[in-house]
Amino acid sequence: MTFDLILFYVFGAILLGAALAMISVRNPVHAALFLVLAFFAAAAIWLLAEAEFLAIVLVLVYVGAVMVLFLFVVMMLDINLARLREGFAEFLPAGLVVAAAMATVLTLVITRFIVMDAPERADADYSNTEALGAVLYTEYVYPFEIAAVILLVAIIAAIALTMRRRPDTKYIDPTRQIRVRRQDRVRLVSMPSSPEASEKDRSE
Amino acid sequence: MGIQSEPMITLSHYLVLAALLFSISVAGIFLNRKNVIVLLMCIELMLLSVNINFVAFAFFLQDLAGQVFVFFILTVAAAEAAIGLAILVLLFRNRGTINVQDLDAMKG
Repeated sequence: MTFDLILFYVFGAILLGAALAMISVRNPVHAALFLVLAFFAAAAIWLLAEAEFLAIVLVLVYVGAVMVLFLFVVMMLDINLARLREGFAEFLPAGLVVAAAMATVLTLVITRFIVMDAPERADADYSNTEALGAVLYTEYVYPFEIAAVILLVAIIAAIALTMRRRPDTKYIDPTRQIRVRRQDRVRLVSMPSSPEASEKDRSE
Repeated sequence: MGIQSEPMITLSHYLVLAALLFSISVAGIFLNRKNVIVLLMCIELMLLSVNINFVAFAFFLQDLAGQVFVFFILTVAAAEAAIGLAILVLLFRNRGTINVQDLDAMKG
């Protein structure tokens, strides 16, 4: 057995174990943490398939951003765990049957009909990031820009959905602000210039 | 399958791993059908298993298009997670629950 294969089995076992733990633990925080472990194991498996850049992106984007967002939301919401676990045992047989049937059929089809030998490993000076960038910014530049637009839309949608208008917030209405004229803000007062005159003014 | 020589990682290894992961996440959707957060996590796991397929084919066919596709799937999945969690927060703020069974406002 090659060293590659041993690594593959180790990380594959971690991945499947973390996935099983994720769907069966009681606490959503623990589920999110097991999903983080699954992402790490998947990143290791992608490294074995020479997708180094995507493996790093998976850790940075998924573990660093998406899963932190998940944990943030899970901890922010005050969830009644007992009610959410209702029906777990009730749906267990159905879920297991469907999953086992699906796994069996997929595995049979894959092992029976798809046979492909591993290609040669790339040289040590091969840069996956460079190769990916070379096609991403030339051949796939329009999809790349559409991906950027999708992210922008997601930002706007997420902010627009969760923004809360509090009634007691103090803010300036810009339309009223730009309609202000000079005489609304500045009042010219005619004052006498000499002190005697001002004394006289005050006594009047 | 390389029985005669030293066994190596074949395409089937990756595909079977991804298939098992996909089945586990389908089972997770069945088991946790009350909890929207865990449902979203199961969907992330499904996308991960599909991405493993893409990466494996990109490696075995020596074609970078598969990796580019994974890149876009990661983008869309990040956007989906952000909007999904925003909707979830809004739901919890308005209804005080994230139980799927309680979300029947549009039921006829």
